[in-house]
Amino acid sequence: MTQTASTPASAAGAQASGWRQARYLLAENPVSAMAFVLFALILLLALFGPWLVPYDPLATYAGEPLQAPSAAHWFGTDNLGRDVFSRVVVATRLDLSIALVAVALSFVFGSALGAMAGYYGGWIDRLSGRLLDTIMAFPLFVLAMGIVAAAGNTVENIVYATAIINLPFYARMARAEVNVRRNAGFVQAARLSGNSDWRILALHIFPNTLPPMMVQISLNMGWAILNAAGLSFIGLGVRPPTPEWGIMVAEGANFIISGEWWLVVFPGAALVLAVFTFNLLGDGLRDLVDPQRRT
Amino acid sequence: MPKHGAWLACIVQSRGTSTKNENPTMDRRTFVKGASLATLGAGLLPLLKSLPVQAASNRPLVVALGASINSLDIHRSGTNRTSYQIAVNCYDRLVSFGTKTLADGSVSYDYNTLVPELATEWETAEDGLSITFHLRQDATFWDGKPVTAHDVKWSFDRAVSVGGFPTMQMKAGSLEKPEQFEALDDHTFRIHLLHPSKLTRPDLATPVPIVINSVAAKAEATEADPWATEFLHRTALGSGAFKVQRWDVGQQLVYERNDDWKCGPLPALQRVVIRELPSTSTRRALIERGDVNISFDIPNKDARELEAGGKLKVVSTPIENCLFVLATNLDFEPFKDKRVRQAIAYAVPYADIFRNAAYERGLPMWGAQSAKPTEAVWPQPFPYATDLDKAKALLAETDYKDGFEVPLSFDLGQADWAEPTALLIQQNLQRIGIRTTLNKVPGANWRTVALVEKKLPLHLENFGGWLNTPDYYFYWAYLKGNLFNSSNYENAEIRQLVEETLYMEQDDPQYRPKILRMIEIAMDDVPRIPLWQPSVNVAMRPEVQGYQYWFHRQLDIRPLTLEGRQG
Amino acid sequence: MRVSNKLKLVLLRLLQAVPALFGIVLVSFLLTRALPGDPAVYFAGPMADEQSIAEIRQQMGLDRPLPLQFFSYIGDLLQGELGQSISTGQPVLTELASRLPASLELTLFALLLSLLVALPLGILAATRPNSWVDHLCRVVVTAGVSLPTFFTGLLLLYIFYFLLGWAPSPMGRLDFAYLPPETVTGSFVIDALLAGDPETARAAFAQLLLPAITLGLFTLAPIARMTRAALIQVLEGEFIRTARAAGLARRKVLYRYGLRNAILPVITTLGMVFSFALGANVLVEKVFAWPGIGSFAVEALVVSDYAAVQGFVLCMAVLFVLLNLLIDVIYTLVDPRVRMES
Repeated sequence: MTQTASTPASAAGAQASGWRQARYLLAENPVSAMAFVLFALILLLALFGPWLVPYDPLATYAGEPLQAPSAAHWFGTDNLGRDVFSRVVVATRLDLSIALVAVALSFVFGSALGAMAGYYGGWIDRLSGRLLDTIMAFPLFVLAMGIVAAAGNTVENIVYATAIINLPFYARMARAEVNVRRNAGFVQAARLSGNSDWRILALHIFPNTLPPMMVQISLNMGWAILNAAGLSFIGLGVRPPTPEWGIMVAEGANFIISGEWWLVVFPGAALVLAVFTFNLLGDGLRDLVDPQRRT
Repeated sequence: MPKHGAWLACIVQSRGTSTKNENPTMDRRTFVKGASLATLGAGLLPLLKSLPVQAASNRPLVVALGASINSLDIHRSGTNRTSYQIAVNCYDRLVSFGTKTLADGSVSYDYNTLVPELATEWETAEDGLSITFHLRQDATFWDGKPVTAHDVKWSFDRAVSVGGFPTMQMKAGSLEKPEQFEALDDHTFRIHLLHPSKLTRPDLATPVPIVINSVAAKAEATEADPWATEFLHRTALGSGAFKVQRWDVGQQLVYERNDDWKCGPLPALQRVVIRELPSTSTRRALIERGDVNISFDIPNKDARELEAGGKLKVVSTPIENCLFVLATNLDFEPFKDKRVRQAIAYAVPYADIFRNAAYERGLPMWGAQSAKPTEAVWPQPFPYATDLDKAKALLAETDYKDGFEVPLSFDLGQADWAEPTALLIQQNLQRIGIRTTLNKVPGANWRTVALVEKKLPLHLENFGGWLNTPDYYFYWAYLKGNLFNSSNYENAEIRQLVEETLYMEQDDPQYRPKILRMIEIAMDDVPRIPLWQPSVNVAMRPEVQGYQYWFHRQLDIRPLTLEGRQG
Repeated sequence: MRVSNKLKLVLLRLLQAVPALFGIVLVSFLLTRALPGDPAVYFAGPMADEQSIAEIRQQMGLDRPLPLQFFSYIGDLLQGELGQSISTGQPVLTELASRLPASLELTLFALLLSLLVALPLGILAATRPNSWVDHLCRVVVTAGVSLPTFFTGLLLLYIFYFLLGWAPSPMGRLDFAYLPPETVTGSFVIDALLAGDPETARAAFAQLLLPAITLGLFTLAPIARMTRAALIQVLEGEFIRTARAAGLARRKVLYRYGLRNAILPVITTLGMVFSFALGANVLVEKVFAWPGIGSFAVEALVVSDYAAVQGFVLCMAVLFVLLNLLIDVIYTLVDPRVRMES
């Protein structure tokens, strides 16, 4: 991947210039700007969705079952007469939370593991390397399926499974980033001034690995949402009646051929839009942190 | 035995058939060229090695199925429901059921008429303790060997000896050990009965007591495998109307007509292709587009819509002796109180469920006027209807007036009807203070937790019995310890009534009052709350004729024809 | 000497894979035992009583302690015995052998399609960074990777099969009107061509197209992005500037020097994408009734079919190891700078 030994980010000056650069890049790159706007919108829906919707997303017979979109039901109704619009909006929070928590977990544990492996090397490195090899050699989606099937299909287990299959990406990245820096000049300097290994790792090296990590996180958010949706499709997703995009698409998929397209198109669009946003965001962030682009 | 409805049903649920080809070039080529069995390896299917090189000018009938055939041997452990069709179409039994025309004009098997298949006639001894069958003289297996009473004896011995499902099904007809079976000569076969039972003869017409080519099978038997299960698993050795021409596991099975079939009118179709297509939507698209001729066992919603569409023939037949029920588990403390169970029975939104989960396929099973049944038939509507006030009042009399929490479980494989049903029930139970969480149990686990361990407090269950008598249903679903009594329900009077009626002829004057009493108790105690009697739905292109409903819920391809085409 | 060096490298790589393989065997073993459901109950059939379930459990060796079961599993593995799938009733090895070609054909073809689209897109984007072309490419490939495969698959089916009737019926690898060709490579299309049967090849190709597009859409993004990123980086390199300064034609610089050097990270990405796509197959295969190993694994998982799940995972892991090896080899071939460093 693209990484070069960047100089340590230091001081407020650099941060201010970072902001300026961000503004410049956003202006330069309308797609990233769009992604940020979409992201804000999704965040808004996640936070305030339940208060914005016209119907209780769980209530059956909010309207006649299987009605096409209308003024009363913007996204139509499902087979139990539930309002699809309300369900799609309310689902935002859950989907976002699943992805966020899963990615956060794999980020925290993955980068800790990777950073230690990269810094100390030796048996820690070898052991964690083997562990990651093992996870990576699994077909990841099937591993997630296996974990959820074995542990039971609850939201927590979906989160854990997603976290586990994403773990290696962070660990590898952290390891590589730490590895190139562990003997860098600023680290030597910190070491000479009497800092402990932990301190150096946490305060001097790790912050420098964050930019590439942010890119990975953003890209991973999209994957995590898709992963949960895929699990739903084979029946291992979130429990009904909880609204969740993946399960709505999965169930709605059965209605495409019979012409009730709104059941799959709207939650599908929400899902795609969210994943799309995170992917574009990741791309945009990459532009921000990519040293090649800073010239 | 039972239709072991619920747990495998999911798998079975969506199959359809596909037939094809407006495009004539395809047919020709289809089976004409002998080719290697790409997937299985020809070695596995010796019979198929030589595909007949013939001018197959007529196209096959194509059936879309949602589930997979996993064995050609119904007697083998692990053989799934879908595979039972091999027993139906490739093997003969001594006897079969006749047919009758139902009110809607469709044709169904007739439980009350036995007709000859391999046996031309049979008589019961005067003491009622043995039945003698006279076999057809001219019937032969596919390899040309005549079918003899020794083959019948070997096959029956096998069914009662291999254990598991076939043995239990034989036992349902009081056929329990090899000593009961005797080949008097090549064409006379006798069954010695442990006791007379009305279930013995119908049991002989189920898919289990098939007649296998014992000479060919024994040649493949080994010491470790005396019943040649490994061989028969992959190779059918029958005398039936169709042979297995080709079997690509997980993809398709091709039947080819046995032109020498003697046990019935020669089928019109020369070749039938069963395509396994897991996605419900795909199957629906195929039948609508006309790429398959039959889509078998389709979801209720599709059945209703395809019928309304008017371009396809849809037959929905209520499944005899089968109910979708909401089962309460009496090991769960609140459900020990009958009033709690009744409260739930009054809280269930029957009409909504029938509309949005059953799509009005099948028959309603609620709202009977009287708490006392007047007819000794099963299933029949229970005297409950949705009445939340009554439900609340009943619950208020109990220790649970403030409600309680309970998981409501269903089989993931049954989700197409079970999930909307569960959601609707959940909402109404909430209204009387019972809080439920929905629990989807994956297929593999369902059987274990629901039926074997019987530890699901509240769940949706769908047992149906192959043998169509009320006592038989009660035997499996209302006696404690029996497999489909997932409620752990026990009632001494029902137990006694079942024991008294299980073998009793239905025209016995004592039979009717006992059955009425049995049903009355079940209605009052409601460990199992009937939701509706489900149906098996089949969609067919207009050119398909001759479909018959059978209790085993497999497609009997023998009577089918494609209009305007001769075999 | 060089040859023996390379051989050594290959052997070393293989050896390095052993611990990971063992880890996989162990994890998949434990994972399957943790699955809910009791294979003995399943195998004993619908009407079995407790006694017959116990008999079957004993027959299957499931009553023994886990470590013992594990050792006998390892023993079987070493003899090439993967056990029997309870759901399909076939030996797992046979199942995998018959289904793997289907999955590989689909995945490879999807990757090929994806490459044909993604490489030009990536090049286009890299040569005009930040232009509207670049942004458009980015939006397109990102949209592709944002679509859940089962959703795309059904949508394509609906439009191209159901509404328009252009695509053949989604019934697996070949319409039943055709017989599969003699197996040579395992790919129906290629085998039929080898057998001199263009009609069957065309039919197989038609069946392959929609699922491959579904899967290919999903893999566009990583390939296109990596091509773009790598190419941009290369094009900014000293030697390109030198080449340009020396007056070499733009196209020549781009294709001769730029691409050649940018292709390495793309190959690495391809490897990752391939193994990822093999896993993502699971859902596509289900929609198109494609008889691959992915759909097999899903079914197996749902019925707690230990042997089948373990066999599948092992098979994928071995594939993965081989793939990495292949990438290493390609690397050394493509990049003259990579020398064997031990």
